[in-house]
Amino acid sequence: MIEVKNINKAFAEHHVLNDITSNFEKGKVNLIIGQSGQGKSVLTKCIVGLHEPDTGHVLYDDRNFTTMDRKEKVSVRKEIGMLFQGSALFDSMTVQENVMFPLTMFTKMTRKEKLDRVNFCLDRVNLEGTNMLFPAECSGGMQKRIAIARAISMNPKYLFCDEPNSGLDPKTAIVIDNLIKEITYEYDITTVVITHDMNSVIEIGDNILFIHNGSNWWEGDRKSIITTDNQEILDFVYASDFMKEIRTSMQASRK
Amino acid sequence: MLRNIGKYVQMLWIVFSRPEKWSVFRVRLFEEIQRIGINSIPIIGVMSLFMGGVIALQTAANMDSPLLPDYTIGYITRSSTILEFSPTIMSLILAGKVGSNVASEIGTMKTTEQIDALEIMGVNSLTYLVMPKILGAVFFFPVLIVFSMGLSLVGGWLSLIMSGLASTEIYTLGIRTDFEMGDIYYALTKGVTFAFLIVSISAFYGYYSKGGAVDVGKSATKAVVTSSIAILIANFLLTQMILL
Repeated sequence: MIEVKNINKAFAEHHVLNDITSNFEKGKVNLIIGQSGQGKSVLTKCIVGLHEPDTGHVLYDDRNFTTMDRKEKVSVRKEIGMLFQGSALFDSMTVQENVMFPLTMFTKMTRKEKLDRVNFCLDRVNLEGTNMLFPAECSGGMQKRIAIARAISMNPKYLFCDEPNSGLDPKTAIVIDNLIKEITYEYDITTVVITHDMNSVIEIGDNILFIHNGSNWWEGDRKSIITTDNQEILDFVYASDFMKEIRTSMQASRK
Repeated sequence: MLRNIGKYVQMLWIVFSRPEKWSVFRVRLFEEIQRIGINSIPIIGVMSLFMGGVIALQTAANMDSPLLPDYTIGYITRSSTILEFSPTIMSLILAGKVGSNVASEIGTMKTTEQIDALEIMGVNSLTYLVMPKILGAVFFFPVLIVFSMGLSLVGGWLSLIMSGLASTEIYTLGIRTDFEMGDIYYALTKGVTFAFLIVSISAFYGYYSKGGAVDVGKSATKAVVTSSIAILIANFLLTQMILL
């Protein structure tokens, strides 16, 4: 489990995060949602240590990450897998080298063991046989799946996904969502997903944290987000005319 | 500016940390020697051959005084080449080629979150990316400089033979006259210093670039301009310290 306690973060005079407290549970897909510019990515970067929070603490299974020195942080980071918005694959390396990279850096596996693990991870994301391709030769959906394969290659305890569906068609987005959900349940890991995508919210959101104006505005699950009366959430969930129509018809059917 | 210098020193402090894995570092070092050093051989070769030829021709064309011995052409060509052309001018050319390459490569990795990906994995991105580049350049620049010296002298010889302005014997006599090994050491010291400056400054601008493609382009330009100025200042200081 990851615990976030009273996180504050400001850039110069601009307060981005205001006293955010939340828990991200093990074996569940935890979503961070909110409009653009509300602080979701900054919160995630504070959690994984790419930003230092001004105040507050982040605990990985009761280990206080914010007070650790660099060496201790590195040992926690080896337990983290992350899927970036733009996939962040190393473009000078092949798919195989990308997935193998953490294994080469941090394990004493033989080349055969590493290759077996790479092939297992690529099979797991349905990309068998793509080993020798370069990221530039792969589609956006494939790149996301390669990034997931790289993220799970070290058997992480924690998986972070920053807008995993951005730039993907709805069908491929569902494939990625399902993959994240399956991996979370299969390996019993703590998964944190930042998303704008309402399909993802409904499909995979076990726990949902809604950030508004840099604050923890609302928390719940995928059922309660549909029925909440919180105006900011309603504005976010039912932003399009189509979704508004759905809501109106849902309310009519309830009456 | 002071803030940037402070950040640069801080960066260097992190760059020279212990690598996560020596076997990976060794592979990275050879990759960078290939990219920065060996891939620069063609441009250095062409430039040196022609510039050596031009230096020899201009020296010959300007030698009007009958008091100057003929071998002065070889002497001046050698001195110009070893003391300034090969270490300094070649480094300025490499500041453009290598500097823009290093800054844009690291800058693109920064803006596409590849550096964040390294950090999240627990890899010290500065040590992994920058240290092999700096050491690769520092090891290989002296080789490039010696190569440039040799080809410049060959270029000078070819131009003089083809134009009939001096014979091989006269030219080689000039090259050997008052030759001091210290000049070579001085040139190599400059080469090592310039290599360090070019790669570390360019890596600094790449690593701390923000934004998108336009900003990476700006960082590459700043890297080339700043490293060129740093080379000129360092050249002045080293000449003061070593030769005077």
